[in-house]
Amino acid sequence: MNRDKERRNRPALALHVPEPDARPGDEIDFSHIPIPAAGAAPRPDVSARPDAIRDLAYGLVRVLDEEGRAVGPWDPRLDADTLRRMLRDMMMVRVYDDRMYRAQRQGKTSFYMKSTGEEAIAVAGTHALDREDMTFPTYRQQGILVARDYPLIDMMCQVYSNRGDPLKGRQLPIMYSTKEYGFFSISGNLGTQYPQAVGWAMGSAIKGDSRIAVGYIGDGATAEGDFHNAVTFAGVYRAPVILNIVNNQWAISTFSGIAGAELTTFAARAVGYGIPGLRVDGNDALAVYAATRWAADRARSNLGPTLIEFFTYRVEGHSTSDDPSAYRPQGAGKAWPLGDPIERLKQHLIGLGEWDEERHAAQHEELNAEVRAAQKEAEKLGTLQSDPWSDIGSMFEDVYEDVPWHLAEQRDQALAEKEAKR
Amino acid sequence: MNMIEAINSAHDVMMERDPNTVVLGEDVGYFGGVFRATANLQKKYGKSRVFDTPIAEGGIVGTAIGMATYGLRPVAEIQFADYIYPGFDQIVSEAARIRYRTAGEWTVPLTIRTPYGGGIFGGQTHSQSPEALFAHVAGLKVVVPSNPYDAKGLLIASIEDNDPVVFFEPKRIYNGPFDGFYERPVTPWAKHPKAEVPEDYYTVPLGKAEVVREGEAVTILAYGTMVHVALATAEAEGIDAEVIDLRTIVPVDIDTIEASVKKTGRCVVVHEATRTAGFGAELSALVQERCFYHLEAPVQRVTGFDTPYPHSLEWAYFPGPVRLGQALKKTLED
Repeated sequence: MNRDKERRNRPALALHVPEPDARPGDEIDFSHIPIPAAGAAPRPDVSARPDAIRDLAYGLVRVLDEEGRAVGPWDPRLDADTLRRMLRDMMMVRVYDDRMYRAQRQGKTSFYMKSTGEEAIAVAGTHALDREDMTFPTYRQQGILVARDYPLIDMMCQVYSNRGDPLKGRQLPIMYSTKEYGFFSISGNLGTQYPQAVGWAMGSAIKGDSRIAVGYIGDGATAEGDFHNAVTFAGVYRAPVILNIVNNQWAISTFSGIAGAELTTFAARAVGYGIPGLRVDGNDALAVYAATRWAADRARSNLGPTLIEFFTYRVEGHSTSDDPSAYRPQGAGKAWPLGDPIERLKQHLIGLGEWDEERHAAQHEELNAEVRAAQKEAEKLGTLQSDPWSDIGSMFEDVYEDVPWHLAEQRDQALAEKEAKR
Repeated sequence: MNMIEAINSAHDVMMERDPNTVVLGEDVGYFGGVFRATANLQKKYGKSRVFDTPIAEGGIVGTAIGMATYGLRPVAEIQFADYIYPGFDQIVSEAARIRYRTAGEWTVPLTIRTPYGGGIFGGQTHSQSPEALFAHVAGLKVVVPSNPYDAKGLLIASIEDNDPVVFFEPKRIYNGPFDGFYERPVTPWAKHPKAEVPEDYYTVPLGKAEVVREGEAVTILAYGTMVHVALATAEAEGIDAEVIDLRTIVPVDIDTIEASVKKTGRCVVVHEATRTAGFGAELSALVQERCFYHLEAPVQRVTGFDTPYPHSLEWAYFPGPVRLGQALKKTLED
């Protein structure tokens, strides 16, 4: 009784639920986001103690300035051919995305996810790695495949779940997998690939190999236990792994504040684990390249993992099943103050005198033609609607190495059903 | 050897034979595991092949999957089956399906060992039998040995298997067989024929059951600790029961089950896990589907109760010879 009385005079507690700055109908305003000048962040030696470089987890590593010039200590000083190749791959991802998005709208497949605005993270990051390094991506890193010259037609066949689908029609579109190209199978259960990347890297270290692993996770999925498991194990065993957080600020309709971004940066999570954390402009291909190379050099020198937050913005919807105008202002992606990664790299190359608008337009046309041609070929092998993967018996393969009796019985049943339907 | 020694020996044999075999888990390294199943392995094979992990089952399984996709054959210990749930998503959504979703390009030759079951006064956090949760998942193999000889042979077969295996160790019988008469002194494995365990390499194939007692009156389907309860009950009740030790529940050895039930015409399934949707339900359905016209009585299930495992009432929960004996008599009367 007395206690109840006492409590009455105390202030009522209130739950804080973060809200984004703008909702549909509001003016877009990104002015509250601090954007340090390009070139301002120091570039420490890869052997630097994590606690000595913690400021890097709270700042923003940027190389390309507003005029597209490469400035400061993180400039990776890439040759023009590499820069042009990165530009080409980023453009290819965008052209491919647009094409496949349209294919979904035409009913040729069930689902698609674009990586618009995030092309630099996968493409430039991959160019900073060795071809043999293993990646554990999420669903917005198709740029890894493009940067490693994986055949477009195989990607499309996967999207279409057709006869040419290397995954036998079992995965959602965009959930690619190819061991040969160092691209681990994508899971819809978010975050699971993160400890797997660490485990792969631990395996490499156990065997005295020289290859490293790269894990990717979104800002939203950093809330999953797998994130913390991965960073704990990576730190404890000094696994040769790069742990990338792609902070595109939206987990479907949930903004990054709900994942903890109001309180600190995602890169700063590294501080508590005793590993280096870098916060990097994800729309700046040179910064992505430089940070990845720095982390790769650390890993290869047995100095352990690095956590990198790539700060970017999801320009399009989460997927073809999402309508972002229902939860954020129209045109938010276009207003993003760190610009468009393709435009920025293009400006840089033009500034160097290594590129021009005509060549850019011509390359765009070329890529368009290449994607159209691949699409034509892929569609000869069917689409999800017209002629999907049709070998019913294959459903029972690869559940186990050998088909056990109960699956053999169920396979016979499925095949008999197919006969009965005729 | 007792079962712990046999399991230790299986690790030793495989680590010696295959440099890709690595062992990880809480306390498995310097200390050799809380049950000593990995004793001396770190000393012999080094810290990069046998190592302690953080207390994070999702991390243990998740990183072990990564190691397996790299090309290793990890053996991950989950200290008690009750603690497997933080690793559940990695086991059922990832390990079980990576072969399938990659059309066989990536495989997960991972063995997850975990002590399960009651009878050691472990309360509701050290006594559970969650095998049915894993048996339900396509892509996993589920193994439960009942004696030292099988434990070693099945564990070696599991480590060599290219599919993920969840290997449940009946901790109540680590040190000796247990007949369910808890007031009796424990008999050590030394007096049991299955305690004769070769020091070197051999396998017991996955997916093959063993008829451990022949009989004509009724078939008892059991695995793990319950095999011993079944044998003791048949003796105590003087029932001519055929006892089948399933050894692997996925894939289950349907041929041995079918042949036995068609011979005896009666079937009782027994397990320690809770009853509802337990693996006994699957066994009962399989027998009904395949042997219905041979059955002379309904299939009976003898199980733990649908409650958590109670600490002080452990022996009232435990499906011992009294519960099994009543079911057998009822089956034979029908």
